Amino acid sequence: MSIRLEHLNYIYSPKTAYEKHALKDICLEIPHGEFVGIIGHTGSGKSTLIQHFNGLIKATDGKLFYNEENIYGQGYNMRKLRNEIGLVFQYPEHQLFEIDVMADVCFGPKNQGLSREECEKRALEALKLVGLKEKYYHASPFELSGGQKRRAAIAGVLAMRPKVLVLDEPTAGLDPKGRDDILEQVAYLHKQTGMTVILVSHSMEDIARYAGRIIVMNHGEIMYNDEPKKVFAHYRELEQAGLAAPQVTYIMHELREQGIPADTDVTTVKEAADEIIRALEAGMPNALDDKMSKSRQMEKEK
Amino acid sequence: MIRDITIGQYYPAKSILHRLDPRVKLVSTLLYLISLFLFKSIAGYLAVTVFLVGIIRASKVPFRYIVKGLKPIVMLLMITVVFNLFLQKDGEVLLRIWKLSITTVGLRNAVYMAVRLIYLIIGSSLMTFTTTPNELTDGIEALLHPLNKVHVPVHEVAMMMSIALRFIPILLEETDKIMKAQQARGADFESGNMIQRAKSMIPILVPLFVSAFRRAYDLAMAMEARCYRGGEGRTKMKPLKYQTRDRAAYVTMVVYAAAVVAIGRFAPLQVWIF
Repeated sequence: MSIRLEHLNYIYSPKTAYEKHALKDICLEIPHGEFVGIIGHTGSGKSTLIQHFNGLIKATDGKLFYNEENIYGQGYNMRKLRNEIGLVFQYPEHQLFEIDVMADVCFGPKNQGLSREECEKRALEALKLVGLKEKYYHASPFELSGGQKRRAAIAGVLAMRPKVLVLDEPTAGLDPKGRDDILEQVAYLHKQTGMTVILVSHSMEDIARYAGRIIVMNHGEIMYNDEPKKVFAHYRELEQAGLAAPQVTYIMHELREQGIPADTDVTTVKEAADEIIRALEAGMPNALDDKMSKSRQMEKEK
Repeated sequence: MIRDITIGQYYPAKSILHRLDPRVKLVSTLLYLISLFLFKSIAGYLAVTVFLVGIIRASKVPFRYIVKGLKPIVMLLMITVVFNLFLQKDGEVLLRIWKLSITTVGLRNAVYMAVRLIYLIIGSSLMTFTTTPNELTDGIEALLHPLNKVHVPVHEVAMMMSIALRFIPILLEETDKIMKAQQARGADFESGNMIQRAKSMIPILVPLFVSAFRRAYDLAMAMEARCYRGGEGRTKMKPLKYQTRDRAAYVTMVVYAAAVVAIGRFAPLQVWIF
């Protein structure tokens, strides 16, 4: 169970003034059950890449295997592929069209040829998963707020029960709380159902927090494809590609330069906090205690 | 693919045609369109073909790209040809199928109309290929300026036109995106009968309309925020100015038009090779 790309190339509008080599010789394998983050600045080919996964874009050159089957082979069932690989586009709320949220979420399962009851059962399940309140189920999707619309749209893809979920910047344009909610929801799904999640994002922090592996795209090529901490070790090169490592990476490197023996491999804030405490305790066993006793003394004096 | 619609779009290149004043191109296109209907002889067609080929070469727009722009009118072309073929009763009968018959006159008219239509589209799309929407609007506004005297809101009309033109690629892209998003949810636009296919368009059309209105609203807000208030007292950063090449182009067009008229007049009318 995996997605495998072999020497994939894609060229937009070949042989015209608008010609653009969007993907260059991409080789990649995503095994089942992984949580992969794809990152890259605007125009690096992320969105083009993920649209290949479910065959919406056909590669100019190269092969794509899903479960060891070549999807460009003769008579390959594209619909079945699209049922298994759910793709949530950027600003998915722009695809809502039905009279109420429920009907819209049912659109996917209905296209899969399921019965009405089954459609609704799956729709309810998906709506619960994305955490949309019940009172909105029969409201017009156009009356919802931005964040609610997005949840409804994501539910529309989840209702198809895909085995692989691809999300193209699901948090773009949301406030910090909405962003965390949606990402937490996705992480929960990943844990609960064991589905493969491919998350495209601009934000290193988001990706570092959830992804087990990071693919960095730059000018249509894969720049790095590795564990987060190994990718972030190249933070200078990332900067040159118009990206940045998470803030904690910078702090840890800075601390190290200042002579505190902290491990720079940490990727999230929590790990960083633990690591700093550990380093301080190990490096200067009494440093923390000294400080604490001093501050206690000062309080007493007051 | 929906992105392949090239009619009415700008094609960036560096050519003499791209540099011409938009007014010249507009007037020339109009003249060219009229010229297509001034002759009936094969000599006239040859003259126009030579002229058109010359213009295409000068424009540096790839021929393939121009031909792609003809796709949307294929249906119209077929209807024209069919009607001309079967509904013409004059002339020698070449073929008879049931009550319908194809005559020499019918066949000739059909071919002539098809060629004229194709030339018409190629000629006018060459103008849009070589002129940015902004230039086009400036040109139209300048040409129609005299109508201001009879209270025609020329600037506003030109602005609306340029916005409409500007929105074509945006909406096409949007359509493409929505289509893909619905396809990802298992929508099928290809199979089924006419009614099913028409129904399958709903998931595209509703979001497209919603987004068109949203964009229109956003644009109106943005224009108002920058104090747009129509054409009155508005000046231009780059006012249109005729150059030598523009005058040369006018002369070329006049010579061309005269030539076509002369050929239409003096070349024998019924030259037709069978």
